[in-house]
Amino acid sequence: MSLRSPLGKALGHGSAKSGSAHWYAQRVTAVALVLLGLWFAASLACLGSASHEQVTAWLRSPATYVPAVLLLAVGAYHSAIGLRVVVEDYVGAKGLRAAVLLVINFALVGAAVTGVLAVLRIALGVAP
Amino acid sequence: MAQRERPLSPFMHYRWQYTNTLSILHRITGVLLSGGFFLLVYWLAAAAAGPERYAAALTCLATPLMQFVMAGALFAFCYHLMMGLRHLAFDLGIGFELETARWTGWAAAGAAIALTCVLWIALHASLGGGA
Repeated sequence: MSLRSPLGKALGHGSAKSGSAHWYAQRVTAVALVLLGLWFAASLACLGSASHEQVTAWLRSPATYVPAVLLLAVGAYHSAIGLRVVVEDYVGAKGLRAAVLLVINFALVGAAVTGVLAVLRIALGVAP
Repeated sequence: MAQRERPLSPFMHYRWQYTNTLSILHRITGVLLSGGFFLLVYWLAAAAAGPERYAAALTCLATPLMQFVMAGALFAFCYHLMMGLRHLAFDLGIGFELETARWTGWAAAGAAIALTCVLWIALHASLGGGA
């Protein structure tokens, strides 16, 4: 049993002044995703089940590939912060929690990079 | 050591009602949308892989199971978008009055279902002409 008082244990372990960073980033990315999400929904509705030719032609326009890359990057980040909160709420064991978060972050970054490269390959005309 | 009365988590003693149902659905659809993100990447990667691979991907997406997954992802997208707007308003301190919270909750859920139907119909409108 420790002889240190509860106050003594807490002193010097104060706020790192960065506690609200994730909370704030979640809201900033949420606002961005409202715009990007509405754009994507409208685009999908217009595309329907378009042919490969139509889809790649659509992706070759700067008005498409810029928001598309933003959607992938911002979406992955928003998802990473959100899933972190969920995992931290429900996964108690420290080791398992770290492992789950690692897998989630690796998967999201991997998916985002794959998506961005796919968009860029089509936009730059290197895709078949 | 004497056992003190500790405060309980809200879910331990709150009555189940529409507020927490809407809230937990926001979280669930958020998790589902993270899965939908991989669906989006799959579609883009297929488009970048050429016409044959794209056609194969569309065939894969047309199976009943994938149609169900896509419908779920679409609803998750619409719900998270609409309820997200409501939560952003909450963050600004708007809409906490019981009456307001009640109608915005139902409005967001209704708008999500309506938007899901509209997008689903639009997505399938040109079916048969594609790929």
